[in-house]
Amino acid sequence: MPVASQLEKTTTARHSAVVRVTHWLTFIAFIALLVTGFEIMISHPRFYWGEVGNVNTKPLFVIPIPASRDTVPTGYGYVMPDQNGWSRYLHFEAAWVAVLAGLVYGIYGLWSGHVRKNLIPERRDRNGRAYRARIAQYFRRRPPGRAEETSYNVLQRTAYLIVIFVLFPLIIWTGLAMSPAFTSAFPWTSVLLGGRQSARTIHFFVSWLLLFFLLVHVTMVAVSGFRRRMRAMITGTMRDSEESQ
Amino acid sequence: MAAAAGVGGLAAADRLAKRFGLIPPDGTGVYGPGETLTYACQRVITAHLPVREFPRSMISKNPFANEIAPPKDDFKRLEASGFKDWRLVVDGTVQHPLSLSLADLKNLSVHSQVTEVACEEGWSYIAEWIGTPLSGVLREAGMLPQTRYIIYSSIEKGLWESIDVPEAMRPQTLLTMGMNDGDLPVKFGGPLRLRVPRQLGYKSLKFVNHITATDDIRKFGSGRGSVDPDYGYAWYAGI
Repeated sequence: MPVASQLEKTTTARHSAVVRVTHWLTFIAFIALLVTGFEIMISHPRFYWGEVGNVNTKPLFVIPIPASRDTVPTGYGYVMPDQNGWSRYLHFEAAWVAVLAGLVYGIYGLWSGHVRKNLIPERRDRNGRAYRARIAQYFRRRPPGRAEETSYNVLQRTAYLIVIFVLFPLIIWTGLAMSPAFTSAFPWTSVLLGGRQSARTIHFFVSWLLLFFLLVHVTMVAVSGFRRRMRAMITGTMRDSEESQ
Repeated sequence: MAAAAGVGGLAAADRLAKRFGLIPPDGTGVYGPGETLTYACQRVITAHLPVREFPRSMISKNPFANEIAPPKDDFKRLEASGFKDWRLVVDGTVQHPLSLSLADLKNLSVHSQVTEVACEEGWSYIAEWIGTPLSGVLREAGMLPQTRYIIYSSIEKGLWESIDVPEAMRPQTLLTMGMNDGDLPVKFGGPLRLRVPRQLGYKSLKFVNHITATDDIRKFGSGRGSVDPDYGYAWYAGI
């Protein structure tokens, strides 16, 4: 009966306070960066490779949309609303939030053992067979086992490691490589990427990869019990698996 | 305890930042913290470093001039006489206010640099810029020690910018009169453009005819350091 079953319910600690706070700060900052980054991009929806590029230069590719500036020949005869001013202010402020939250998370994660225990794939999973088996389980739409209630599977671990230690550092690096003042101190940050315009182009692609991660991540959370997992990331605790069918 | 320490720490940081001039003139409001962090960090880390220069082989064959407002009658009149009556007025917190012709400027030490113009829109090009460092003109005028900002304005009414003194005194901050071995074309800001290559293109104001040194930036315009914040743009553009 309801009363009895409620009494039997217990909760398990799931996410630490540092993980939760930095997760949501990064989420807010990332949404701001995504929206403002799009606004900034449409003022010149042309991409180049190398150091320089402008409307008199052959582009690497062009996003087929009208621009928000009439100096860019897009062929649409329509100029989108120009939102660059506040978008740039917010983009760089949100970048600071993401960088600082990332630093706190990274230092905590390495120091506390969070990365080693929860993110680096377990020894028995470090082989192609483990990856293939978990992918097959997704395709068969089999619900996750008990172990995945309180931990991550090998695909989740790999995805998180790539996002945290490859994509986020890369998007920050390519962003800074577009700064004339920053590259005056660290010229190699631009040279290694092939130049300022290459940095901008890579920045654009990495933002798509991060958006792709966000969409898959939210979909997976929704499929595996949205309320339950949101609760875990907000309060830190997860009800013991009364819902796992 | 932690909260008190946090507040105390922030207050101390704020005092230090004010003391060393690490808060930009538009470092207030919602975007104030982000702007202040960027400006303060870049001032501290990149303080005396020159912007990247490129080999002449990388000069863009077909640079993009960006749009400019159609020149007014007084500009056209000056242009018709080969800009021989163009004057650069230097005033404010200086011992000897100056009024310099382009010939006067050309008699000062000539520098050239191959640097990139990067627009906030995302595009860029590389050109050779020839002129005389702003620092020489400020020394000639006897800039007073209390000076904190250098304001520079265009012959076009209402267009003005400012930079801090360390930025103004860099050798690469150039009163530019030539481009790629010729005179600086009007569409690129000729006869006189102040190149500030460590910041985005919009800080490199075209048609400069007035420089004012000041110890109090708040007295000018809306008090936020340039016309940019009035249009919603950041005063500091080193990004």
